Amino acid sequence: MSFMQIKNLKVHYPIRGGFFNSIIDYVYAVDGISMEFEKGKAYGLVGESGCGKSTTGMAIIGLEKITSGSIMYEGEDVTNLRRKRNNLFNREIQMIFQDAHSSLNPRKRVEHLLAEPIRNFLRVSPKEEQKKISELLEIVGMPEDAKLKYPHEFSGGQKQRLGIARALATNPKLIIADEPVSALDLSVQAQVLNFMKDIQSEFGLSYLFISHDLGVVKHMCDHISIMYKGRFVETGTKEDIFTNPHHIYTKRLLSAIPNVSPKGREKRKRERIIVEKNYQTELKNYFDHNHRVLDLAPLSETHFVAIANGVSVRGNNS
Amino acid sequence: MNTSDELLKIHNLHTGFRIKDTFYDAVDGVSLTLRKNEILAIVGESGCGKSTLATSIIGLHDPNNTRVQGEIMFKNTNLATLSEEEFEQVRGSEISMIFQDPLSALNPLMRIGEQIEESLKYHTDMSKVKRNERVFELLRQVGINRPERVVKQFPHQLSGGMRQRVMIAIAIACKPQIIIADEPTTALDVTIQSQILDLLIDLQDETNAGILLITHDLGVVAEVADRVAVMYAGEIIEEAPVEELFKRPKHPYTRSLFNSIPQMNAHSGRLNVIEGIVPSLIHLPRTGCRFAPRISWLPDSVHEDHPTLHEVSPGHFVRCSCWEVFHFKSEIGGTTS
Repeated sequence: MSFMQIKNLKVHYPIRGGFFNSIIDYVYAVDGISMEFEKGKAYGLVGESGCGKSTTGMAIIGLEKITSGSIMYEGEDVTNLRRKRNNLFNREIQMIFQDAHSSLNPRKRVEHLLAEPIRNFLRVSPKEEQKKISELLEIVGMPEDAKLKYPHEFSGGQKQRLGIARALATNPKLIIADEPVSALDLSVQAQVLNFMKDIQSEFGLSYLFISHDLGVVKHMCDHISIMYKGRFVETGTKEDIFTNPHHIYTKRLLSAIPNVSPKGREKRKRERIIVEKNYQTELKNYFDHNHRVLDLAPLSETHFVAIANGVSVRGNNS
Repeated sequence: MNTSDELLKIHNLHTGFRIKDTFYDAVDGVSLTLRKNEILAIVGESGCGKSTLATSIIGLHDPNNTRVQGEIMFKNTNLATLSEEEFEQVRGSEISMIFQDPLSALNPLMRIGEQIEESLKYHTDMSKVKRNERVFELLRQVGINRPERVVKQFPHQLSGGMRQRVMIAIAIACKPQIIIADEPTTALDVTIQSQILDLLIDLQDETNAGILLITHDLGVVAEVADRVAVMYAGEIIEEAPVEELFKRPKHPYTRSLFNSIPQMNAHSGRLNVIEGIVPSLIHLPRTGCRFAPRISWLPDSVHEDHPTLHEVSPGHFVRCSCWEVFHFKSEIGGTTS
């Protein structure tokens, strides 16, 4: 049973201009998406830059105002509570940012950085606070003496772990991770991903994993949503998306990912050209006249694709 | 391989940066050969010296705080010893570069047409009309459909992929023999990345240029490269033709890198992690195997005192002898789908 539901979430930014700087149009950054979160599962949100995936994360956690839609948490409507401090939702939903370096205050020691979420949400004595900080450092595999250091004294992977430690301080249920490993080198990325998987099984965490890297998302997530222009084009389990992609946009995205094998690369190049050609010719079957992604229609219990009802999806050489 | 194919021959190149009156070599004894009509990929993690290698070749470093020693032979001249004036003749006409971030590499106040024309103006004696024709031709060549519109636009009016296409057009304007591409697709989305990579290959087929591709993305390497050199801590630790390297990587560092990729077609398990961290430039031990601290469980006797590159099969070079103690069950490298 899901503990959190998002219904028809929309975030529109007004474009101002013209006479008296009035609102002339909107940017539809997120335009009606629905999600459900279950305990202990990882959800992936994939898309190109500017598709609204980060805005979705920000809107859920309350860093971005929601235009319309609702967020239900444990049966309670928290849509308007999110921006208030000291409620359960703010405590149990935490975030990891892409650039760990700029999300840590450079003038504070690690113990202050880690104490901040504890002071915000938990009422504990200074002694317990210190104990909790030591625990957190142990969880993320850092030595006790890191407490007195400053962020710049750590490497990129270590800083990202500090960011994770901060997110873990309040015993969250869901962690929104916005491109947590994009800025890291391959071997460091592997460390952080392994570690995120470990704490997931240890604490029964759920993740919303926002990334443009399909390889990473496939490695981490059970459930994947592909986003384009603020809407989902396809959502389903990992197997649904990777073995049975239906939307032309998903196919195009999958065909563009470099394969870690030089074998058959000419063949892949030819396939890419075919997929691209299909994409151009079949646009009208998958987008409406405003080039907006159609509503999701179910293919199976878990697999949803944005196609017009009645369009045969088997016809196009899938 | 006969020697007439060789475009660029780097021999024992050292590029050092000054930190408090001492020079520390970021590129430490690199020897490489770039041949005609070949894409040579340089792979490595951040800080391994791959970008420094590129800026040394094209002479873009700060002469006061850098020291370049060794040979970079191009057409019987040593680029490492050229003066700035002499270099300006070569740079842009015979060797050109594609940068990672096209927005900061393009002049925001100049129209696209002028920017492409600039290098033609400087390096060729074409007439104004001819230059304009060439600009249109170049833009079409890099897949921009309406050049007459784009030449009048400014960089900020173009999308990231279009800007990178313009960068490539500038780089190939004077038909250079060598193109250095420093992370040309890192800032782009995957769909645009694949288009740009396909474009690079197509252009190479037309011009027969040698391309030095610098990247950290092994997927990109697998898609386009002919030969690969893996760098670690300023040294080349493995060099091989692309198929060979992806099928039979020898050096423990290369193997670890492959195993830490979250692969599209592999089962989700734990990723491989390399112990320790990349040593910093100042604290780097300059003798012995540089990878030794990260495979610390091995005794010193498996490493060489002065590791050199050994040819293990034709064209496949590995540094140090420590790779021999590793026994792997199966060959790695992705499967074809």
